Amino acid sequence: MVNIFDLGLVDFKEAWDFQKKVFSDVKNGELTHAFILCQHNPVITLGRQATSKNILIPESELKNKGIEVFNVERGGDATYHGPGQLMFYPILNLNYFKRDIHIFLRKLESIAMQTFSEFSVATQRIKGLTGVWFKDKKIASIGIAIKNWITYHGVAMNIKQDDLSNFSLIRPCGMDIMMTSLETCIGEKISVRDIKKILTRRLQNGESCFARVGGRD
Amino acid sequence: MVKVVLPELGEGIEKATVSFWFFKEGEKVNEKDDLVELTTDKATFNLPSPATGMLSEITFHEGETVHPGEVLGALEENQ
Repeated sequence: MVNIFDLGLVDFKEAWDFQKKVFSDVKNGELTHAFILCQHNPVITLGRQATSKNILIPESELKNKGIEVFNVERGGDATYHGPGQLMFYPILNLNYFKRDIHIFLRKLESIAMQTFSEFSVATQRIKGLTGVWFKDKKIASIGIAIKNWITYHGVAMNIKQDDLSNFSLIRPCGMDIMMTSLETCIGEKISVRDIKKILTRRLQNGESCFARVGGRD
Repeated sequence: MVKVVLPELGEGIEKATVSFWFFKEGEKVNEKDDLVELTTDKATFNLPSPATGMLSEITFHEGETVHPGEVLGALEENQ
């Protein structure tokens, strides 16, 4: 049984609380694992390696733009989330698979790359820079937390072109990198709903790597 | 005494950084309580307490680098 929760467009806090609830359900054995899909209203999150200097405008300006900032327990630095970006949060008990953070991160990259490949967009990994890249631009960002070998937080896949400008408010991942989106890569409009369908189908069929997360690509 | 050892975290992961301890030296902890958070690459990892007792020693503190197999601290078990 694959548990997939589609929250739609929600505030980050709402999805964060929901992740924690599902995490508890997985920890207690009420669910074996679950996947949460959603989009966020504009928000900046700061992971454990983040410093506030990676937010490039004053907090008051962020408030005027309606962008909240949260310090979160995932790994990584600063990132931006907004509509047009598909969030994929796997709450997965690695005790049932392989307790290996490296392999899990590579699997998250794989699932994003496989999804992009359905649009004939060839993305890649860059060694030492976790995430998914189209040429030298980042198209999907990853940051996770693990407790009791149960995962939460996850992947942000940039789908729509319009919202990329807000990445200029930060130094994404604490680096001077450019972001891109699936729409930008193919030069056509794509709905986030279509991406969700692809991802859901893959998860339900088990053909995505999560059915064999302990294995290799 | 029970040693708190950093387990293998994954293929090619040779080090982690201590984010913070959830307890101070001298405080009581229960088995499976979150004891210490570590960061590596784009992940944070909470190491649970291996036993119930008192956190008697912290060997690696916030911001310090630790390698799998190294002892992060120690607990005095309840008698």
